[in-house]
Amino acid sequence: MLALDTSTPACSVALVDLSAPAGQPGVARVLRASQVVDARRHGELLSPLMRDVLAGAGVKAADLGGVVVGLGPGPFTSLRVGIVTGAAFAAALGLPCHGVCSLDGIGGATSGRVGVVTDARRRELFWAAYTDGRRTTGPAVDAPARVGELLSAAGATAVTGPGLTLYPDAFAGFATAAGPAPAPADAAEQAGGRARVVPAPAAPPAYPDPAVLAALAAPDLLAGRAPGPLTAIYLRRPDAAEPHPPKAVTA
Amino acid sequence: MTRPNGRGPLVLGIETSCDETGVGLVRDGVLLADALASSVDEHARYGGVVPEIAARAHLEAMVPTIERALAEASARPADIDAVAVTAGPGLAGALLVGVAAAKAYALALGVPLYGVHHLAAHVAVDTLEHGPLPSPSVALLVSGGHSSLLLVEDLATRPVVSLGATVDDAAGEAYDKVARLLGMPFPGGPPIDRAARAGSPTIPFPRGKAGDGSYDFSFSGLKTAVARWIEARRLAGEPVPVADVAASFQEAVVDVLTAKAVAAATAHGVDTLVIGGGVAANSRLRELAAQRCERAGITLRVPRPGLCTDNGAMVAALGSLAVAAGVPPSPLGLPASSTLPLS
Ligand SMILES: [Zn+2]
Repeated sequence: MLALDTSTPACSVALVDLSAPAGQPGVARVLRASQVVDARRHGELLSPLMRDVLAGAGVKAADLGGVVVGLGPGPFTSLRVGIVTGAAFAAALGLPCHGVCSLDGIGGATSGRVGVVTDARRRELFWAAYTDGRRTTGPAVDAPARVGELLSAAGATAVTGPGLTLYPDAFAGFATAAGPAPAPADAAEQAGGRARVVPAPAAPPAYPDPAVLAALAAPDLLAGRAPGPLTAIYLRRPDAAEPHPPKAVTA
Repeated sequence: MTRPNGRGPLVLGIETSCDETGVGLVRDGVLLADALASSVDEHARYGGVVPEIAARAHLEAMVPTIERALAEASARPADIDAVAVTAGPGLAGALLVGVAAAKAYALALGVPLYGVHHLAAHVAVDTLEHGPLPSPSVALLVSGGHSSLLLVEDLATRPVVSLGATVDDAAGEAYDKVARLLGMPFPGGPPIDRAARAGSPTIPFPRGKAGDGSYDFSFSGLKTAVARWIEARRLAGEPVPVADVAASFQEAVVDVLTAKAVAAATAHGVDTLVIGGGVAANSRLRELAAQRCERAGITLRVPRPGLCTDNGAMVAALGSLAVAAGVPPSPLGLPASSTLPLS
């Protein structure tokens, strides 16, 4: 399974193995992962990164079983690079391509009640609220101060994500988010449980982790359920103004 | 690259530089599929192409259009031997969708990637209909996005040389703006062409940069002159003779374009002129170009209208020439460039 996300300045690729023991549908074992943080060059970086991750693990494209891609929200241009790359790569190989909300790539690897914030530019943040890794509110886009209020209202007590360092004042009242809870010893407990990435990160990922996205998509993928449409999560309308009537040209 | 069964390589071409998502499949200079999805209707109310709307439409249409082209050619992805894509020039966000998709196909299938120049592809498409292009030839490309005169040698191996280009608006842009002045829909080319047939080109609108010895164009002054003329009529309380304005405007555009194209061909001792781009579908441009080329002893080549506008076939055609000529492929890190130079 190849997973990727381009919804933040990070261009991230992970090759994961979902062939976990029966009864653990949400476990993604990371074989190889790579990430480059460069907001303006996703279009140039992504395919070489995918090639290198596959080559580094000695896996051929033809050996893959599926593709998972982050659907955003994120800055439109780089977001589209990831979605179209995932969709086209999967289509070329006749593989399913599952889309997952990119914020889940951070929120899915948290425990407790956590808000995830990423940069939406124009002095706004994309955000969502999670309880033990499961999204309860969002995704949405709002001004930082308003996001703080909305996260409080959603019950979040901690905040994480790349938006936090951009607007620390808006989240002064929140704690630092904790990483994923340790996996329960009893495998049966996980059967209906949350996504899990092996090896588990100690803290929430700094940027959406494609391995976490893969773990979230794993139950659908393993069950052979048809993926939903790969609709980008923009949360904003395009900037476009209808023209004014022709102006007079003579003074 | 020759296939074991004796057939040449199957080349996938992807074009997303403006508002058309185009996908073509070419093998041995033969067009096997030409699938197109257009977002033109979504831009109509804005009177021009809105980049973000175009990019969103490309994302939604990209993979389905590729699959439609493959079905049209009764081919599977695994049959593709090379992928060509417009790397520029064009709208940055729109280009990026096609380039990313092309890389993904090339990587997944383990086949070479060829980033091509949009204008060179407009010229290359003519080889699908009329065979190899004599070297050198002159090409006149006119559309909503470009107005260029080019000197073309071997398309695959030699850089296309720009002889001249518009210094302000593209010809198609001038059509769109004048159409708006006349209360016609976007894009303005077809309605102006239709209206002009019922009118006479009696209003002496200016020919920008005509006879200045250069091969550059200018359409901004013409557009302003049309606006002033219409406004003067309205201020005087007189009706605007729409057909005559359309015919006179069109004549001014077409006169300069064809005069400079023929002059360029003559000056470079070239006996073939290729016309491409969306405005090449214009009936008066074809007519006047045919007359003037015949008088100058120049062979005129114009692809059918469906191949003149932006499409994937033109990219596949140029990619096919590049593969056949053994041109080294592009790296997977190929950038999309909104201002890609010709060389
Ligand atoms: Zn074009």
